[in-house]
Amino acid sequence: MAPRRLTWRVGEVVETRPDTPRTKSLFLEVPDWEGHRAGQHVDVRLTAEDGYQAQRSYSIASAPESSRVELLVERLEDGEVSPYLTDEIRPGDGLELRGPVGGWFAWEASEGGPLLLVAGGSGIAPLMAMIRHHRAAESPTPVRLLLSSRSYEEIIFREELEDLAAETLQITHTLTRSTPPGWKGYDRRIDEQMLTEFAFSPEEHPLAFVCGPTPLVETVGTALVELGHDPTRVKTERFGPTGG
Amino acid sequence: MDERRLDGNATAGVLAEIFTFEMTTARTACVHCGATGEVGAQMAYVSEIGTVVRCASCNNALIRVARQDDGGRYWLDLRGVKYLQLEEHL
Repeated sequence: MAPRRLTWRVGEVVETRPDTPRTKSLFLEVPDWEGHRAGQHVDVRLTAEDGYQAQRSYSIASAPESSRVELLVERLEDGEVSPYLTDEIRPGDGLELRGPVGGWFAWEASEGGPLLLVAGGSGIAPLMAMIRHHRAAESPTPVRLLLSSRSYEEIIFREELEDLAAETLQITHTLTRSTPPGWKGYDRRIDEQMLTEFAFSPEEHPLAFVCGPTPLVETVGTALVELGHDPTRVKTERFGPTGG
Repeated sequence: MDERRLDGNATAGVLAEIFTFEMTTARTACVHCGATGEVGAQMAYVSEIGTVVRCASCNNALIRVARQDDGGRYWLDLRGVKYLQLEEHL
């Protein structure tokens, strides 16, 4: 079959599930979904009655092994797209999307590692796809996840991450705004010191994926390179200053 | 105007409207500074008007894409790119 250009299609929302106070997972069934690679995203397009269109990209949080496509949506107060997706959309509704796209920010178990994952807030979404894929594929690749959240309650996928933690998956949290009583983990924004303690050494030649708000991504990306990590093995995905 | 500063990887969708190759892993060479790298690793400026991929080293505009509102017509400006190296994925 000749390759064809990417086009828009409609997926059906089959389930919505609140995850934290500001995030929700949408589960979609997309006809003829050809599968994706962990880390890829879809573009989502909303069309108003007057024809106005707004478009945003959402990372796929589900593993390639899953038949349903899970999108994690964080509600942004002034967003054009996210309030509709978190507050309005219901099971049975259609959602216009295209993809999966973005093969650059993607990982397959066969690529090995070690794998260094750093996320801020809902930046966990594409990394969650990698973590779920790592488990589903029974990959022996060592994985370390450093996740920055505002508070304990706002740790996205917290319970599932607790279940997934294993010898090959080490998870470290930092809480930037408030910590529960007795919290012994990090309680500040990610910095070079934290990465020195947490990240693999440059000699281990990790493959790093960093996703989150722009300031976090730029801080972590710069720090990893300064620590001696190979810039071509540090991949970043920014939400932009406001997201959507 | 709402312009978002993102990674080159965010242009995967709009570039796949035009190209059948995976463009975020295509390698570019910048006309201005000569830096080479994958499109996904460059910077992207995305707005309603269009998309600009800029060199992560010198900020030169590598790729500009604009699309007419009602669709069907695209403008593609590749003046900032010395070459694109495309990989056929099976």
